[in-house]
Amino acid sequence: MAVLRPAGDFDTSYRQDMALIRRPWHWLLIIGLIGTMAVAPFSGSAYIVNTLNQIAYTVIAIQGLNLLTGYTGQISLGQAAFMLAGGYASALLVINLGLSFFIALPLAALTTGLVGSIFGLPSLRVKGFYLAMATLAAQFIIPWLTRHTFKDYMGGAAGQISVPVPVLGPVIFDETWKFFYISLFVLVITTVMAFNISRSRLGRAFVAVRDNDLAAELYGVNLFGYKLRAFFLAALFAGIAGALRAHSDRTVGTELGYGLNESIFFLGMLIIGGLGTNLGPFLGATVVILLDDASAWFGSFIAGLFPAYASNVLTSFRPIFFGLVLMLFLIFEPRGLAYRWMLIKAAWRLLPFSR
Amino acid sequence: MNWALVPQQIVTGILNGGIIALIALGVVLIFKSSEIFNFAHGHILMLGAYLTWWFAGANQDGSEVLNLPLPLALLIAAGLAVAIGLLVERLALRPMTGQPLLSIILMTLGLALFIEGVVSILFGIQPSANFPAPFAPSDVFRIPFPGALNDQIILKKTLVLAFGVAGLASLIFALFFRFTRTGLAMRATAEDHDLARSVGLNVPRIFGLSWAIAGVIAAVGGVLLAMLTGANLNLSTVVLVAFPAILLGGLDSFSGAIVGGIIIGLVEALVQASRFIEVRNSHEIAPYVLLLIILIIRPEGLFGQKRIERI
Repeated sequence: MAVLRPAGDFDTSYRQDMALIRRPWHWLLIIGLIGTMAVAPFSGSAYIVNTLNQIAYTVIAIQGLNLLTGYTGQISLGQAAFMLAGGYASALLVINLGLSFFIALPLAALTTGLVGSIFGLPSLRVKGFYLAMATLAAQFIIPWLTRHTFKDYMGGAAGQISVPVPVLGPVIFDETWKFFYISLFVLVITTVMAFNISRSRLGRAFVAVRDNDLAAELYGVNLFGYKLRAFFLAALFAGIAGALRAHSDRTVGTELGYGLNESIFFLGMLIIGGLGTNLGPFLGATVVILLDDASAWFGSFIAGLFPAYASNVLTSFRPIFFGLVLMLFLIFEPRGLAYRWMLIKAAWRLLPFSR
Repeated sequence: MNWALVPQQIVTGILNGGIIALIALGVVLIFKSSEIFNFAHGHILMLGAYLTWWFAGANQDGSEVLNLPLPLALLIAAGLAVAIGLLVERLALRPMTGQPLLSIILMTLGLALFIEGVVSILFGIQPSANFPAPFAPSDVFRIPFPGALNDQIILKKTLVLAFGVAGLASLIFALFFRFTRTGLAMRATAEDHDLARSVGLNVPRIFGLSWAIAGVIAAVGGVLLAMLTGANLNLSTVVLVAFPAILLGGLDSFSGAIVGGIIIGLVEALVQASRFIEVRNSHEIAPYVLLLIILIIRPEGLFGQKRIERI
């Protein structure tokens, strides 16, 4: 995506050129935003805290998916399964090896990254739609493995295990509002990671692979290597997100929202937010999660009007709302909210001459 | 291997595979004509099953809704499926012409979620086990077969009927493509859109037509599955097993879809004849493991065209 900068706005030093945060008021904005997030738990509303926490780990998962699908152009239908793998890995490390959560988190992320690379192996031979099928296979194989192997550790047929609360010195992160600070901290780290990957050699290679894989190979980009790296990174982020989710829900299991539908939701959030942009995951996750809550509210409202159909209506609006919004976005705004935001910024700069 | 179980499982596998093959045909049809892989096929199938149930079946409490005979109900449901197929093509997929693959895949996925929501509003999330089937689940053929368990092979009559209908539908499908003018036009469109257009074929109409036919195939497949398991929201996930079958046979091959379907059915059934419980349990994922192997060894499938990529 092109960087639109007004005439006369140019860099005078290398340092300035490479700066992640370009303007003093960007600092202000970011500190303000993080500050707002940091005091949000003191509002005392469980809903706000839970939603923010959910948005935080969802954004991390989608940032990973964005690296794979948005930047590298490889479609993945298995992000939720990789989250599941990350959740299990972290939980098992904490339970069985007695590691602290803060050591288990990066280890779980690396483990998940390796799992992701395994399912990225077919990208050696196939691409596009065929690769989507390979990740679809991951979406079924990983949950099956957690149910049917190492039953003493992974809960077996029950399909879920309970996850211990993270402890750091005297602080016990036993409530969501406490845990949210961990999520926020990790989110800041992954955001910086995602930003830097996308503008480094790695990210440019990803974009080259996406735009034209044969041309990229002629330029000396090792196609297979970079596709595998994209899979590794996507699964790494999913592992982080999964570990965060497992430890804040304090349970992880195959039936607890790690299914194919969740993977589709992640892809949909990415499309709605904007593929291949760093802002996209934030916008997409926030909009879709709020929409989800709106659909739940709308469902209970309709259920109140027609009590006879209450059980049918309560959960039905979630897929309807999401499916409809996704389809409308694909038809009318296929480049997502991030692109619209860019247009708004450009129009603002050109004021009063913008259309 | 538990050899006593093998003959039974082979027969069951082939019969199940016939149904998978019919479902796979619907997906291949749309892919061949318009290069859209329809992830929503399972949900259209589920909708067809529920519509049939609504016209022919009874509620949980035994009260009948319309109580039409099953073939008539299936006919009406198939008619509605045609309308749904046409609507979907016109409203959802036509605007996506020329869009990247990811957008098209996501469009069918979004459609799938949308249909799932609509079905659960209209028909409820409770499974309706009382799907009108011509035979009860306990109605079976017992074929003597020395060497099998109890020296006989047990066949559910419903399953045999479903296999027969699936085979008949595939045959009609093949004859239609081979001998009618419309079938010829559809084959030509599948071959090359631009060439088809240049000889005066109405390509968008043919896309619509293939969605309509796929809708009918889905409705029939849905009813066959529902006769076996009852109408429920899981019908759409049963269809995911058809995807490995399609890739195994080759994405753009009708005969491949049929062979692939039967192979997947066989694999699923034979895995359950194993002596080891772990292997038996793996029947849920066996098709996907097979899928991964196909993708790595022979991505174009058994009968698919190998595409050579040029710059």
